Amino acid sequence: MRAGLILGALLAGLALAAAVLSAFWTPHDIARLAIAEKLLPPSPAHWFGTDHLGRDILSMAMRGAQTSVVVALVAVAIGMGLGVPLGLLAAAHRDRWPDDLVMRGNDLVFAFPSLVIAILITAVFGPSAVNAIIAIGIFNIPVFARVARGAALPIWTLDYIRAAQVAGKGRALISLQHVLPNIASLLIVQATIQFSLGILAEAGLSYAGLGAQPPTPSWGRMLAEAQTMVTLAPHVAVIPGLCIVLTVLGLNLLGDGLRDALDPRMRVLR
Amino acid sequence: MLRYLLRRMIVMGASLLAASVVIFSVVELVPGDPASFMLGTGAQPETLAALRQQMGLDDPLPLRYAGWLGAILQGDFGTSFTYKTPVAPMIGERLQVSLPLAVMALVLAVVLALPVGLHAAARRGRAGDGLAMGAAHLGIALPNFWLAMLLVLVFAVHLRWLPAGGFPGWSDPLAALRSLILPAIALALPQAAILARVLRSSLIETMGQDYIRTARAKGLSRGQTLRRHALRNALIPVLTILGMQFSFLLAGAIIIENVFYLPGLGRMIFQAITQRDLIVVQSAVLVLVAAVIAVTFLVDLAYAAVDPRLRRA
Repeated sequence: MRAGLILGALLAGLALAAAVLSAFWTPHDIARLAIAEKLLPPSPAHWFGTDHLGRDILSMAMRGAQTSVVVALVAVAIGMGLGVPLGLLAAAHRDRWPDDLVMRGNDLVFAFPSLVIAILITAVFGPSAVNAIIAIGIFNIPVFARVARGAALPIWTLDYIRAAQVAGKGRALISLQHVLPNIASLLIVQATIQFSLGILAEAGLSYAGLGAQPPTPSWGRMLAEAQTMVTLAPHVAVIPGLCIVLTVLGLNLLGDGLRDALDPRMRVLR
Repeated sequence: MLRYLLRRMIVMGASLLAASVVIFSVVELVPGDPASFMLGTGAQPETLAALRQQMGLDDPLPLRYAGWLGAILQGDFGTSFTYKTPVAPMIGERLQVSLPLAVMALVLAVVLALPVGLHAAARRGRAGDGLAMGAAHLGIALPNFWLAMLLVLVFAVHLRWLPAGGFPGWSDPLAALRSLILPAIALALPQAAILARVLRSSLIETMGQDYIRTARAKGLSRGQTLRRHALRNALIPVLTILGMQFSFLLAGAIIIENVFYLPGLGRMIFQAITQRDLIVVQSAVLVLVAAVIAVTFLVDLAYAAVDPRLRRA
């Protein structure tokens, strides 16, 4: 499993590095269209070839990584920022109305898959990367709320929590000082998983035209544009797809590896 | 059992009601009103006012919601702005593509995942397990629409075994099924990968239980124990995932239908979004969400069938 962790960290690190690097530098200028150089196969000048407008696919893929990473990262931040406090609140008030309210609200959001949320949002506000972030972020909230609540519940039965209560600390303070640090590793693992799901969701949304709008490059839209040319120049469709698969695979391997490393009990189980 | 059933039904009804409120309110947020959209920019104020009144747009919000919901309960989803035809039959027609597609994909996912999960659990820690779980890892990372493009490239363009897209209608059932095979595979493969992983870890956990040791002690082989005793108990988490997957399959079908030009609910939603035909978007989303909630309810019933302890709860 160690190997998986290292491979995962490498793949995810590569995507992250490409995303950061593309903010300052790409091998070619993607705003420059060169129709004469369209659909070139991979070569030393263009490692991954060029697309139907003559743009360098490596440069496009790097900027696409930036779009994917930013959308998925902010969506995770929304999910954690709202979901974790809700989950902690529910656990602190187990089986009373705040708990019920949070859990029923969770069930409701779960009935709307992120794509359906995105469709509703785009139908009203129009497609954009920001709306994609909101759609994926909303879907992340109940996931983190559930994980935080599930992990916090057993901790509330432990002696040191009782000691803190006797010492006069309130539920909010105990949640923050004693519960949160103890469930942090679980939340980090979940964040990795939601991050990878976010990359997949962003790709799906922008493929469907509901995400980042032109000229912002994104892996999903690169695939949508490649669809009609896939028989002429398969590399146009293969490269962005591989980017998605390798990034998601890397994040999943990283998540699994982290879980094993952070929670020794899981090692016995697996 | 009856109390459990009743409780689940109340929860289902409440979720449906809440979902309808959310969907109704979101569409209410849209700037501009449907009446002016239908009549265009050059409409006379009197005509607009008359249409507004006819459509009930001047009524207070709760009254309009009640009217909308009441009509839907009687099967009246309203009239499409673009096609000027009732929405309910449109949805019914599209479901004839989307529902078989989702069911085919779900069955395919289970059929693929069961042997892989069982195999991996039985050979835990050995090469077969590693290979199966490696493949599952890859499967989970595959975006279904990319898989769909690759499938078209291989099986439709190069091998010419199956159609690349389109739907001939159910008058020719064989041709209709043929055109759903590639979309179903594209939807099913990533889901099968998730299912196989869940099944494996659930089986491995169950195999650590005392009653499994008893079964082994009385002379059953590892494979027999796995199939006769562990599988049934390991199915509970698998059922949970299966229920959640159905909603993802329905949502995933929205995109896959666009890849294969299938005239399903998903394509209708996308066309409606570009035409800003909000009543169609609203109704189609409501149908999707209702399907998800109904499946969740069915999964709860399946729990009771698999786990007798729940029936007494």
